[in-house]
Amino acid sequence: MTTRPSPALIAIAALVYVFLVGPLVIVIGASLSDTTYLTFPPQGLSLRWFENIFEITAFRRTIVTSLQLAFLATGLALLIGIPAAYALNRYRIQLPSWLSTVFVLPILVPEIVLGFSLLKSVAVGASFPIFVSLLIGHTLLVLPYCVRVISASLASFDFSIEEAAISLGSPPARTFFTIVLPNVRAGVIAAFILAFITSINDVSTSLFLTGPGISTLPIQILAHVEQFFDPTIASVSVLLMFLTVAVMAIVERTLGLTFLAK
Amino acid sequence: MNGGQTNDNRMTQALDITDLTAHYGSTKVLEDLSLSVGAGELVSLLGASGCGKTTTLRLIAGFLEPTKGAIRLGGRDLTRLPAHKRDIGLVFQNYALFPHLSVLDNVAFGLKQRGVASAEREKRARAMLERVGLSPLADRLPGALSGGQKQRVALARALVIEPPLLMFDEPLSNLDAKLRVDMRVEIRQLQRANGTTSVYVTHDQEEAFSISDRVAIMNAGRIMQFDTPEVLYQRPANAFVARFVGFENLIPMRAVARDGETVTAEAAGGARLSLSQERFGAIPDAFTLATRPDGLAVTSGPGTDGIPATLGLRTYLGRAYQYQCETAAGHLVANGALSTPLEPGGTARLVPVPDQCCVLLEV
Repeated sequence: MTTRPSPALIAIAALVYVFLVGPLVIVIGASLSDTTYLTFPPQGLSLRWFENIFEITAFRRTIVTSLQLAFLATGLALLIGIPAAYALNRYRIQLPSWLSTVFVLPILVPEIVLGFSLLKSVAVGASFPIFVSLLIGHTLLVLPYCVRVISASLASFDFSIEEAAISLGSPPARTFFTIVLPNVRAGVIAAFILAFITSINDVSTSLFLTGPGISTLPIQILAHVEQFFDPTIASVSVLLMFLTVAVMAIVERTLGLTFLAK
Repeated sequence: MNGGQTNDNRMTQALDITDLTAHYGSTKVLEDLSLSVGAGELVSLLGASGCGKTTTLRLIAGFLEPTKGAIRLGGRDLTRLPAHKRDIGLVFQNYALFPHLSVLDNVAFGLKQRGVASAEREKRARAMLERVGLSPLADRLPGALSGGQKQRVALARALVIEPPLLMFDEPLSNLDAKLRVDMRVEIRQLQRANGTTSVYVTHDQEEAFSISDRVAIMNAGRIMQFDTPEVLYQRPANAFVARFVGFENLIPMRAVARDGETVTAEAAGGARLSLSQERFGAIPDAFTLATRPDGLAVTSGPGTDGIPATLGLRTYLGRAYQYQCETAAGHLVANGALSTPLEPGGTARLVPVPDQCCVLLEV
């Protein structure tokens, strides 16, 4: 009884996959090339450009910085975002609706504007250290994703469950951790992944906030391309891809990626 | 009750609410509400949505703070106590089970908060599940249960902590009709067996009347009448309660003659009726006579008694015909015998049956 999809539909679906996967195949292919310039299909097979990443100090340092930044910014954004999302959903009657709009605003404002205004206020104005400025920038960048995604999760949470726990003698703070949080875990994981990817891939905001001695991996890739045209950037891109996938895998293993199944 | 022996005092405590007033923002939702629930008694708060019944329950539970008034439970003043210290068992409309915990852990949750050791906790939770007939489902997650099973788990979870007060917030309204009747019997039996003082919130009159020792009928943040179901059903104290329990016809009357205990009263249009003060109590000069459609007989035979009426729409009720009638005393609804169907548009007389009438002091 299953209807057979039309050939046109199959063709469109195939095209979508080609456009999604194609660039990845090209980048991975180019990173394996034995030539000293970027080319596809690769000529000869070699891992020398992967080795080259670690021979360049700037890459080594920025990989560490980017990872630190992504973990810290995501962590901070969750620390702020979870209580914010909870308050917005729990007490929505008392709070004006514009407040929830405020939390989407940073998504609507171009990141480059965020970067520039932070440069003026935080980096130059308050003269914070570069890493701190970057951390503030990235936290602000990913916070709206955290609030939105966790809010979506909390919106389907029945708060009478929380009241049931309290009536059974569980103090409100404990109830939040033992009852509310486990039931929005899927949202927290989704927020973590979104925030982490956003942070580790960010160029626009970081561009203004990096400075002497401290840079992020995407910025370093940009700087490298301006001077060299060797396959190193392809191999760095592949490395960045696998780092992201690795983090997803770890998050999935430790917290359970159940939200994809729901 | 063997399990509750040590807690007998704790589990039979009286609830006293005095002058409870509450606001949502600047809207007053509850006004000077006073209510006493005797130890071991089940009292229902009955009314339409927005009447303040759920607000009252939430105030007792501690989820809302009153503007004024006091809530006392067996000598303890609950008014300013945080919700988690009130020791009240709650059963919610939508069950509110913990979705991430097994049925057993749901039931054991309250015991865990009370520091009961793990083995003892499991023993008592299992015993309670046994009582509600859910032992085989102890290891399931709530998502795998039917509505009726979920409500039984919720009931077990609230009962296992042996609370001095048990409260129900529309516990059956998400269940289908048949299950609703079964569950309310079950709730009543468990409540009776435990002797737990209980407050039951519902908008369903039949449910409230069948399950309760006493019912408080509420409207606009006040209790309109608080009495046993029998009294409420037969002798409503005011027009609101009268309409609520089905006295559809409210006929304004005037006493025109008094002869000992017998009062002759007249309705608009001149229809007269003799009423005994022995049955109705002191009858003032102006009052309202309340009847159900059954208490107003439609006749077209000879005679001059009753209220002259023009018959409107006729509907078939199975045991009688019901007529919408226009009279000098206003629109009335009356029932007539199946043996003598009358045609709409015709005239007839509506004769109140004193046994089924009720005298309201309001005009």
